[in-house]
Amino acid sequence: MASPRAPTETVRLTIDGHAVTAPAGASVLQAAQGIGDAIPSLCATGDDALKAFGSCRLCLVEIEGRGGAPASCTTPVAEGMVVSTRSPKLERLRRNVLELYLSDHAPHADHGECELCDQAKVHGVTETRYGDGGQTHDFLPCDESNPYFTFDPAQCIVCSRCVRACDEVQGTLALTVEGRGFGSKIAASQDELFLSSECVSCGACVEACPTEALVEKTILEHGPPQSSAVTTCAYCGVGCTFEAQMRGEELVRMIPWKDGKANHGHSCVKGRFAWGYANHRDRALNPMIRGSISEPWREVSWDEAIAHTAAEFKRIAATHGTQTIGGITSSRCTNEETFLVQKMIRAALGTNNVDTCARVCHSPTGYGLKTTLGTSAGTQDFDSVDHSDVIMVLGANPTDGHPVFASRMKRRLRQGAKLIVIDPRRIDLVRTPHVEADFHLPLRPGTNVAVLTALAHVIVTEGLANEAFIRERCDWDEFQAWAEFVARPENSPEAVELFTGVDPEAVRGAARLYATGGDAAIYYGLGVTEHSQGSTAVMAIANLAMATGNYGRPGVGVNPLRGQNNVQGACDMGSFPHELSGYRHVSDATARALFEAAWDVPIDPEPGLRIPNMLDAAVEGAFKAIYIQGEDILQSDPNTRHVAAGLAAMECVVVHDLFLNETANYAHVFLPGSTFLEKDGTFTNAERRIQRVRKVMAPKNGYEDWQITQLLSRALGYPMDYAHPSQIMDEIALLTPTFAGVSYDLLDREGSVQWPCNAAAPTGTPVMHVDGFVRGKGKFVLTAYVPTDEKIGPRFPLLLTTGRILSQYNVGAQTRRTENAVWHEEDLLEIHPHDAEQRGVRDGDLVRLTSRAGETSLRARITDRVAPGVVYTTFHHPGTQANVVTTEYSDWATNCPEYKVTAVEVAPCNGPSDWQQRYDAQARQSRRILPAEPAE
Amino acid sequence: MSAEGEDKLVMMANQIAAFFAGQHVDAAAEVAGHLKWFWAPPMRARIIAHLASGAGGLSEVAAAGVARLRDETSAQAVK
Repeated sequence: MASPRAPTETVRLTIDGHAVTAPAGASVLQAAQGIGDAIPSLCATGDDALKAFGSCRLCLVEIEGRGGAPASCTTPVAEGMVVSTRSPKLERLRRNVLELYLSDHAPHADHGECELCDQAKVHGVTETRYGDGGQTHDFLPCDESNPYFTFDPAQCIVCSRCVRACDEVQGTLALTVEGRGFGSKIAASQDELFLSSECVSCGACVEACPTEALVEKTILEHGPPQSSAVTTCAYCGVGCTFEAQMRGEELVRMIPWKDGKANHGHSCVKGRFAWGYANHRDRALNPMIRGSISEPWREVSWDEAIAHTAAEFKRIAATHGTQTIGGITSSRCTNEETFLVQKMIRAALGTNNVDTCARVCHSPTGYGLKTTLGTSAGTQDFDSVDHSDVIMVLGANPTDGHPVFASRMKRRLRQGAKLIVIDPRRIDLVRTPHVEADFHLPLRPGTNVAVLTALAHVIVTEGLANEAFIRERCDWDEFQAWAEFVARPENSPEAVELFTGVDPEAVRGAARLYATGGDAAIYYGLGVTEHSQGSTAVMAIANLAMATGNYGRPGVGVNPLRGQNNVQGACDMGSFPHELSGYRHVSDATARALFEAAWDVPIDPEPGLRIPNMLDAAVEGAFKAIYIQGEDILQSDPNTRHVAAGLAAMECVVVHDLFLNETANYAHVFLPGSTFLEKDGTFTNAERRIQRVRKVMAPKNGYEDWQITQLLSRALGYPMDYAHPSQIMDEIALLTPTFAGVSYDLLDREGSVQWPCNAAAPTGTPVMHVDGFVRGKGKFVLTAYVPTDEKIGPRFPLLLTTGRILSQYNVGAQTRRTENAVWHEEDLLEIHPHDAEQRGVRDGDLVRLTSRAGETSLRARITDRVAPGVVYTTFHHPGTQANVVTTEYSDWATNCPEYKVTAVEVAPCNGPSDWQQRYDAQARQSRRILPAEPAE
Repeated sequence: MSAEGEDKLVMMANQIAAFFAGQHVDAAAEVAGHLKWFWAPPMRARIIAHLASGAGGLSEVAAAGVARLRDETSAQAVK
């Protein structure tokens, strides 16, 4: 299948007397851009984001030698064409068109959003000749069902921009033009309300609308914006950039930034609309301390909170040793803040006990890709997908988890790229409008490695490996050993079917397609990493791509879809206990010397404790204090009871967050955090793209998070004196070879850069491993399938796997505090009709979900999206506490928890579990805040 | 020092050993290297102590790896 290419042929024409050169195939409207006044238009977008439609008849032009007045948006340029865009005749026609539109356009307040009104002003149309007595669409009701935008048909001109945006940009195809002639109107799904339709509330239609028929409610309520700044979304790892539009100190709208290299002007419901949490009443804005977790909180000054925290850490270090203290950096905070936290832990506290939430998501990616390729990151940029002929999606649900990238992927699939989905659930991508997976391998949870090795078996035994690539780019001896291993009969699709449950013919078909279908790319998520063999599965993926030569150019590669906005950055910044920034081991004396010289302290050459190790040690009394920035480990980490026991055993737990989250129920100090709107810094997305975060309002808590870490470090006796995050980035660049060329000046100039960014790649590296693998020769690793120790049996006969949905994000701390709650009020347990019937469970029933670790109650949703024997839920709500059920089994290499495989039983019940009741009571007790003492 | 904590370390060491036992490498050396690279010193000390106390539950490869780690740690201490 052809990849999109820049057109090579050009044609010359004349527009309004100007000689113009335009690409062959361009429209006259496109060719005229930049010449004098733009041709007026309503149904066409000036940025070519949507295909031409030719309905509004405002962009009419005259062309010498041709009759009439064709629409310039649908008329292609031709050699020698002479075009006039202005003439008395054209002006008369345009005024008439505008009059017709205005005759059926309800009067409305001017919010500066209506292009029709703007055009009417430009053309001097103040009234229509068609009177007020004609038929209009005023009788149609305004649809206000969506919490974020309204649709007023009385203002709609049925230009179809919203329909095309939904089709072409978002790829949901939820909107249509229903009826004919005067009866034409925009309809959502089967003429339903927007809220109950298939609309995913991405905002593309609102952004496209040339009138105020579709408009954000915040604009109607607060008025048009007065100022703006470009910043980066703080939700998923796609890293969309937005124009944050302000009215005074109030954010009124987030508009996806058309020049954003990750999102190209698109957005999802979270980034576009779900920022209300920043002003939510639950937000804690004052520092608080307490002597024990059974006491109520006491609000204190920043000075007292910082001094108290430092005193506690010093006391514990003096009493129990520095190795009993640690910290967790946040994948939601900026690179600069993350770098600073790990610096404080290593330099001020003198321990490598620092970890990050990547421990529980993509740490196997780091291990697996570094081992096989030499770099702990994905190989491509997002634009690469436009060149893929075959797309394999493993253990990821992009339409829910990474929706903006999913739209790009779906567009490529609609263009004809083939799709392989490997997932226990029938995710939306398997069958969605104009997209259908060529192969869906619904494997049993926990058998990724067996399926991946079976795919390799087919590639090797059927002679589909790319020997030339392997000989040139990989270790040939290791390949031969690997080929001999995967070719063994026990690795055949037929042999592994017994435990994977996947049809061998489907495996063979998928392998053939991946190996021979052209440029093939693999995208994977936590359904790969969060297993006891997570790292092995990542290496098996890397093996497949090496065996088929799918590296080093657009359209191919291995692409981890990162969960949180700055997971990649948090890993890059030295958040792991064994690595300094840039993935250099603490035992590397050369790297360590660099940091020791810059920081003027010795660095411990031994690795520190990982998060689960810290909790284990705490339960045993050997770990006493922790500083947690922007993570809610009580809700997000496995086996909640163990996490709770670990936190409860510590003498000082410091939570630094926007809200009194679940972890704060076990904290002794609470430091209020700042939102991404209140700080400067950078995030690094899943494609290694470093992008600016820009402060648009003052921090409501008083400080940006990097300033708070700096205050604490000073109080601990290790002064830091950064005046601005740009200075922290300068230090990162100084100490981190892959960031050597990064500076705020460069980011402001380029918009964004992808690391490595250094002398060899001064503006970054979109595609890695172009001329060879970073480690030298690509390493094939043998990937024997080792079943997890988490076994089903008579007591726990079902397998639970967990995930997330579109409207919610991670533990839901942010999204639950927005109107997104209308789409997801509670976590539900998906169960197959067969399993439900066997247990007497009806749709909507409250059920008890029990595992070896614990039990919780939630409502059942009966669906065949899950296979028999498999149940699925999300972990967005603390009331559900889904992680009460998950176990501490973890990846062999990294301790990443095995969230995706838990043996469970499901039974009808009539109330919350004992744990839920106890926890709820404890949480309510723990969140008590004493009223502040009156000032003297 | 709890038995539960010890069991967890044994399980983790066995998982690591199971992986390296399947590679064409010196599995004991790789297990020792992995433990040295990723485990904090108290965890390493504890698994070495567990080996000394009978190595209960450790697989053959895991035990060999921990023994290699012990020897390397001792040699380093002597230096």
